Amino acid sequence: MIAEIGLAALWLAAALAVLQMVSGVFALRAAEGEINPLAIYARPAAVVQAALAVLAFVMLLYAFAVTDLSIKLVASNSHSMKPFIYKITGTWGNHEGSMLLWVGVLALSGGMLAAFERRLPERTMGATLAVQGFVALGFYAFLLLSSNPFERLPVPAAEGSGLNPLLQDIGLAIHPPTLYAGYVGLSVAFSLAMGALLTREVNPAFARVMRPWVLGAWVLLTFGITAGSYWAYYELGWGGWWFWDPVENASLMPWLAATALMHSVSVLAARDALRTWTIMLGVLAFSMSMLGTFLVRSGVLTSVHAFAVDPERGAFILGLLGLYIGGAFTIFALRAGAVAEGKRFAVTSREGALVFNNVMLSAILAIVLLGTLYPLLTEAFDVRVSVGPPYFNPAAAIFAIPMFLVMAVGPLLRWRSDKPARIQFEMLLIAALVIGVIALVSFFGSYPFLPLLGLGLAAALGVAAFLPLRGRKLTRVPVATWGMVFAHFGVAVALFGMACEGAFSQERLAAVAPGGTEQIGDFAVTLESVAPVAGPNWTAIEARLAVRQDGGEPVMLNPQARSFWSPPQSTSESALLTKWNGQLYAVIGNQAEDGRWQIRLWWKPFVTFIWYGGLLIALGGILAIAGRVRVDLKRRVAVEKGAQRRADLDGLGGVPAPVPAE
Amino acid sequence: MIRALAALLIALLALPALAQDTMPPAPYAYNQLDDPRLEAEASALMHTLRCLKCQSQSIADSDAPMAGDMRHQVRARILAGESPDQIRSWLIERYGDYVSYEPEVSSTTWPLFAVPVLVILVVGGVLARRLGKRRDDVGERA
Repeated sequence: MIAEIGLAALWLAAALAVLQMVSGVFALRAAEGEINPLAIYARPAAVVQAALAVLAFVMLLYAFAVTDLSIKLVASNSHSMKPFIYKITGTWGNHEGSMLLWVGVLALSGGMLAAFERRLPERTMGATLAVQGFVALGFYAFLLLSSNPFERLPVPAAEGSGLNPLLQDIGLAIHPPTLYAGYVGLSVAFSLAMGALLTREVNPAFARVMRPWVLGAWVLLTFGITAGSYWAYYELGWGGWWFWDPVENASLMPWLAATALMHSVSVLAARDALRTWTIMLGVLAFSMSMLGTFLVRSGVLTSVHAFAVDPERGAFILGLLGLYIGGAFTIFALRAGAVAEGKRFAVTSREGALVFNNVMLSAILAIVLLGTLYPLLTEAFDVRVSVGPPYFNPAAAIFAIPMFLVMAVGPLLRWRSDKPARIQFEMLLIAALVIGVIALVSFFGSYPFLPLLGLGLAAALGVAAFLPLRGRKLTRVPVATWGMVFAHFGVAVALFGMACEGAFSQERLAAVAPGGTEQIGDFAVTLESVAPVAGPNWTAIEARLAVRQDGGEPVMLNPQARSFWSPPQSTSESALLTKWNGQLYAVIGNQAEDGRWQIRLWWKPFVTFIWYGGLLIALGGILAIAGRVRVDLKRRVAVEKGAQRRADLDGLGGVPAPVPAE
Repeated sequence: MIRALAALLIALLALPALAQDTMPPAPYAYNQLDDPRLEAEASALMHTLRCLKCQSQSIADSDAPMAGDMRHQVRARILAGESPDQIRSWLIERYGDYVSYEPEVSSTTWPLFAVPVLVILVVGGVLARRLGKRRDDVGERA
């Protein structure tokens, strides 16, 4: 029954998406100030649709929780002996389940928009919901027609095939849901942008509606990428934290677009400038989310040829992608001319700095997109090209370095127009920090160029992040401004971590006999013993490593080489010793013929700062949302109070009070 | 999810390789060179060579036996006095351009270098249009 309820809920939700779309179009066609009788269904349709899509997802969760082996998806991706937490998270550890999660979050965010957003004009809201329904419909069709998660087996399986052991980790509980929520939160920004464009309502009021969605999606993306990076770092067993792998790039590209969009929408809300720019970035951000989904979900990454042999799913998503992105950019091209450009500003102004950095972010996005798609393109013509870190790092740095410099001074500038001479001291301080730190570090040793530059920029950015607070009374600084300070400081912290990892990491690979000691950094690592251990669905070889820093008390680290039996695969479980100034990373490998064990050790100074920085950036975003919501609520209360007072005065029959300008 | 999927693919691709795992790994697959300068050279090179049996991993990040063999080749050749560029060319000759993560300008890769130049030009154009014009406007109004 469970599977059938889920499937029925999905079909009903798809039907409601059609209703939402049609009803939204009627709202759009209503004359100004009138309400079309057919337009009233869009909001309820979106809300009920959200409930149905979530219900479908909950049904699948239940099927995985009880390991219902009559469902094909459960049988091929789960196992009755798996720990319970991984049974649950395994729901989205496969193609169909993760697409259902995607669609569920999409419907949920559409439903929340329909239920709670009352500030937009009805026509704009109708157009927005129509677009949201249209997007949802495409993905319902994809699920129902080519990746049905609820398909039954003719005969229930005796046992499931299990989940890839690399996915049997708490990372799977955190990383995909947050990343998907971020991807899909951008769909609301996309729908709002299209709605505003169609009804020519691109103005600060619209930007204030869009801003929390963009900020929320951006926070989730930031957190999801940070979590994914740390997961890859400790799970893959070689100490790498970013590989410029197409799948990672697929999550980075929407983040870059969302970062630009978030800054642009703030300018629109505060200054009524950058109208077309905001719309374009809104379209771009969600396009990148869909492109990411296509790259990951179509199988195109394994091999372009595999994709051509079994093209159903891939072609379906590619078709959807073409339809939505192509359609959106066509409407944009047709309507953009009708949207006035908005307020003007000088080069040396805060808007000017934001435009510069948005262009830089877009350029980095272009580089990442090129490096990700080009190998796929040539592979289609049987030419195989590899594009990796030696390409991405310098090519992205060309744009990232000016961006970081402008980011340091941008928040110090005034809106509309400013004189560079006014912030002379700050600019000199920033330049001195960049040059000073680089000179100091180079004095102590020779390091690669980019990490060295990263250290200088990190120091400058870290100080510059707090300069906007200079001369202000800290208790009176708005919460949203604290958000900016934290996020910018987070960028500095993350950059510092990346640069340190790049410049100062130490590696020790050795074959060690039990009792033997290896030295890395300040640490002496002794292999005390190697013993077999067993878990619920694996057996392992566990090393007992005693780690002594500068001859102090030993700390035990227990890296494992695990062998899972269903599916039969092995993984390295690294062991980490976290200090305030870095991490010691230990892995046990195979046994050599002479009985010694392969041990891999890394000392990575300040590597943790990469992820602390990511968390700080996300925290900054949360503060920004909190600050904006507080101001919005205050304003609403003030407006209500004012209206009440005027009504009271009218009731007293006194002189009509002047209407406030706002 | 995203990394996890990659990991899944790696694991799937590594499965057939496990079958031939009976041979002991070559000496330099998991051992460093004694000279730190040479080891640094080798390590830098290994990070820019693709593990052909894996999905998007360098040979410095992989447990696949083939990656181990390639690490051994790189370290042995560095020790024998070859330069990283020579080793890279040798590997490209043997396995094709695909093995190197560092694309070089050629008839098949020129767009990788032409497009960034184009992006720089477009960025310059956009900035000049959006910001450059404003200066005159402000000047006129001031």
